[in-house]
Amino acid sequence: MTALLEVQGLDISFGGLTAVRGASLEVNRGETHCLVGESGCGKSVTALAMMGLLPGNAVRRAETLRFDGGDLRGLSEKEMSRLRGDRMAMIFQEPMTSLNPAYTVGSQMAEVMLRHRGGSRRAALDRAAELLARVRITSPGMRLGQYPHQLSGGLRQRVMIAMALMCEPELLIADEPTTALDVTVQAQILRLLADLQTDLGLAILLITHDLGVVARTAHRVSVMYAGEVVESAPVRTLFSRPMHPYTRGLLSCVPVPGKIRPGDPLGSIPGMVPQVTPDFAGCAFRQRCLLTRPDCAGPIARRRPSADHAYLCQIPPEEMVRS
Amino acid sequence: MRGWRSAGLWVGAFIVGFTLLVAIFAPMLSAHDPFAQELSRRLIPPIWMEGGKPEHWLGTDQLGRDYLARLVYGARISMLIGIMTVVTSGLIGISLGVAGGFFGGRIDDVILFIITARLSIPLILVALAVVSLVGSSLTVVVATLGLLLWERFAVVARVATMQVRNLDYVAAAWSAGCSQPYIVMREILPNILSPLAVVATLEMALAILLEAALSFLGLGVPPPLPSWGLMIAEGKDYMFFSAWVIMVPGLSLFALVFGINLLGDGLRDLLKTGRVA
Amino acid sequence: MLQFLARRLLVALLVCITVLTFAFALTRLSGDLAISIAGPNSTAADIEIIRKAYGLDRPVIQQFFDWVGRAMVGDFGQSYFFRERVAKLIGDRLPITLTLGLVGLGIALTVALPLGVISALREGRPIDRVISLVALLGQAMPSFWLGLVLMITFGLHLGWLPISGTGTWQHFVMPGTVLAFSAIPALMRLTRSGMIDAMSADYIRTARAKGLSRASIILKHAARNAAMPVVSIAAVQLGFMLGGSIVIETVFALHGVGFLAWESISKNDFPTVQAVVLLLAIIYTLLTLGADMLNAVLDPRLRAS
Repeated sequence: MTALLEVQGLDISFGGLTAVRGASLEVNRGETHCLVGESGCGKSVTALAMMGLLPGNAVRRAETLRFDGGDLRGLSEKEMSRLRGDRMAMIFQEPMTSLNPAYTVGSQMAEVMLRHRGGSRRAALDRAAELLARVRITSPGMRLGQYPHQLSGGLRQRVMIAMALMCEPELLIADEPTTALDVTVQAQILRLLADLQTDLGLAILLITHDLGVVARTAHRVSVMYAGEVVESAPVRTLFSRPMHPYTRGLLSCVPVPGKIRPGDPLGSIPGMVPQVTPDFAGCAFRQRCLLTRPDCAGPIARRRPSADHAYLCQIPPEEMVRS
Repeated sequence: MRGWRSAGLWVGAFIVGFTLLVAIFAPMLSAHDPFAQELSRRLIPPIWMEGGKPEHWLGTDQLGRDYLARLVYGARISMLIGIMTVVTSGLIGISLGVAGGFFGGRIDDVILFIITARLSIPLILVALAVVSLVGSSLTVVVATLGLLLWERFAVVARVATMQVRNLDYVAAAWSAGCSQPYIVMREILPNILSPLAVVATLEMALAILLEAALSFLGLGVPPPLPSWGLMIAEGKDYMFFSAWVIMVPGLSLFALVFGINLLGDGLRDLLKTGRVA
Repeated sequence: MLQFLARRLLVALLVCITVLTFAFALTRLSGDLAISIAGPNSTAADIEIIRKAYGLDRPVIQQFFDWVGRAMVGDFGQSYFFRERVAKLIGDRLPITLTLGLVGLGIALTVALPLGVISALREGRPIDRVISLVALLGQAMPSFWLGLVLMITFGLHLGWLPISGTGTWQHFVMPGTVLAFSAIPALMRLTRSGMIDAMSADYIRTARAKGLSRASIILKHAARNAAMPVVSIAAVQLGFMLGGSIVIETVFALHGVGFLAWESISKNDFPTVQAVVLLLAIIYTLLTLGADMLNAVLDPRLRAS
């Protein structure tokens, strides 16, 4: 089976700075794929690039950029807009500002349907009410007539999710959907996304910097560092046998109950993310890596410990000290 | 992009500087007396048109007065009106605005109300009525415009003061026990001057345009003073046959006001980028 | 919301009272009104008769309250010069000025809104630069001079439009254009900055993610949010245009309220001057009040609070 979304060698630059360099990623139907990394590593930009939503000053290049087998690279803005909201949908980090303050929830939801499927406004509103109920919003009929400012942050994010589902998309990209929300609301939203995923067979690309979220929701994980996907594996493999030094460092920063005792120091990664310019070569992590060698500045090997596990590192696995 | 903008600033500065020099050195620039009538040489066209005479570069008006001399002296009136009005209205507006922004509360409410009331008063109509009642002279025009054109100074000074008032160094001055007048003069005023400089250019341009309009309507600068607005009014009766009589002063007025606006626009951009850096 | 409206109404009322006082005080600037009315060639006896006839011999306070009391019910007295009721004089001429103002606003909006939107969508590009330069040029244009230049060009040389008067709609084209010129730069700049703010908002990204068409994104999602400041400034500009019509009406000999004001100023006809000042101030206040209410309708957040 081919992947629903297939990205290979994605480069994105803004002026003289490279935001994403050679990133590769595959999202299969019906799976939740988490894209993790610290802020500024290029994960949001990657998501926007797949949706064709990059700002005007960005330059996008890719070896492969396919959605359901179809090449997205040559599509015009108009053709892309036909896909967006219909077959691929996206929700964002800021539920407070992502809805238009001037229109009611119902009108903003209905227009997705009217744009892609046509039909009557009445039917679109019915569909909206059905979906509001689906994302567990009480009295959906009343909510349709409300304005965004009358809703809480958690409710707005639910509305955003419901709106994204209007045309039954195959892919939902969720860019840090819970970061701006209270912890209890976060859990509810994640639960909701997981349920929707199972019920609707939706593929979800969930972008987050929170490994806790990854552990709770992901089937597969891709780790991004300085514009590159440095490691990609099923969630269990990644947590139990991380290979890339950055992934290892990242996991050591998270307290895991049972593995860590009170009083033990948490891990940290010394140093800073380098500025990546177009002429940057080699591994971007090498200045911070404890195992770094001279040939880390050259081309980096892609290693595959198993069929569904890949990472980018010059150091042979046998030379890596198990930590 | 930056080059484009600063080009505007320089062009504006050049136009304003040039007009200022012309205004200052008016007597040296023209061999003719701007008030001397010579009825036998009426409405001579400018030198580049047919019938132009080399001794009158821009021709003569309906009373045979040299147009270049009148134009050059007219620059004096425009610049004088512009600068004096800005000084008067700036003094009024900044005092009100700073008071409102600094003290806040009731005082601010009252000052906001004064600004609202002032905005509702029809500017040109009241200026015309005042000049008509008090009698037209340069001083009256300056005083009238100065008393009417302060509201933008007040609005900007008020908002800027509010912002500065809450900054740390003002709080530091408070806690150091500085007096209110000291804080206003030393801590607040110097820090709100840049937006006010932009307002000053806008108001100067507006004052010059208004003076011209008042003089055009016969209730501004009294004849025989060579105000550009008055020159247009006097030329109006001849404009269908000799269009240049209104084109010469009109274009001068237009260019001067455009120059001042360019200067203000460039200044605004300069200050904006300066603040970011 | 109700509290906001009540507060705005109170301020509007206070402004009207202030202007009432101001308009009265204005005409007392010259010192002795009777002398001004009588003119320079009158005898002391003439002046005395006029003083009595117009009630100017009474204490100023009494004159003031008498005037205010009448003004409240729309009675602005008898014009000194036109020998008619001031209210009727103004009533006869107001339609012309209002037509002129609305034509001016219409032209201004037709030009300023698209230019502002284009400028915003092409921010920083050459077309944006050109448009702001044109706005700057427009701002520098002396309106009365522009009026004369248009008269020479379109009236005399091309013969497309009538030079003065109010007979047909063509008569309003040139004065309307001139009046619009003064309002275009401000309207355009506000449209531009409003659209730039709106287009960079998160909800526009959402609208794009929903796959909406570009037209719908710009016209429905961005424009609605950019409209609020534009509505306010449009009301203010219409007020300024009605006030500025005094110049335009004089240039084009349109017998509207502005022309009436100019005539009555030059004829020392104070009751008319007072009434026009008051009328324009009230119209301005009502316009800004109306804009606030319209904004409350446009912005659901304002409506609710």
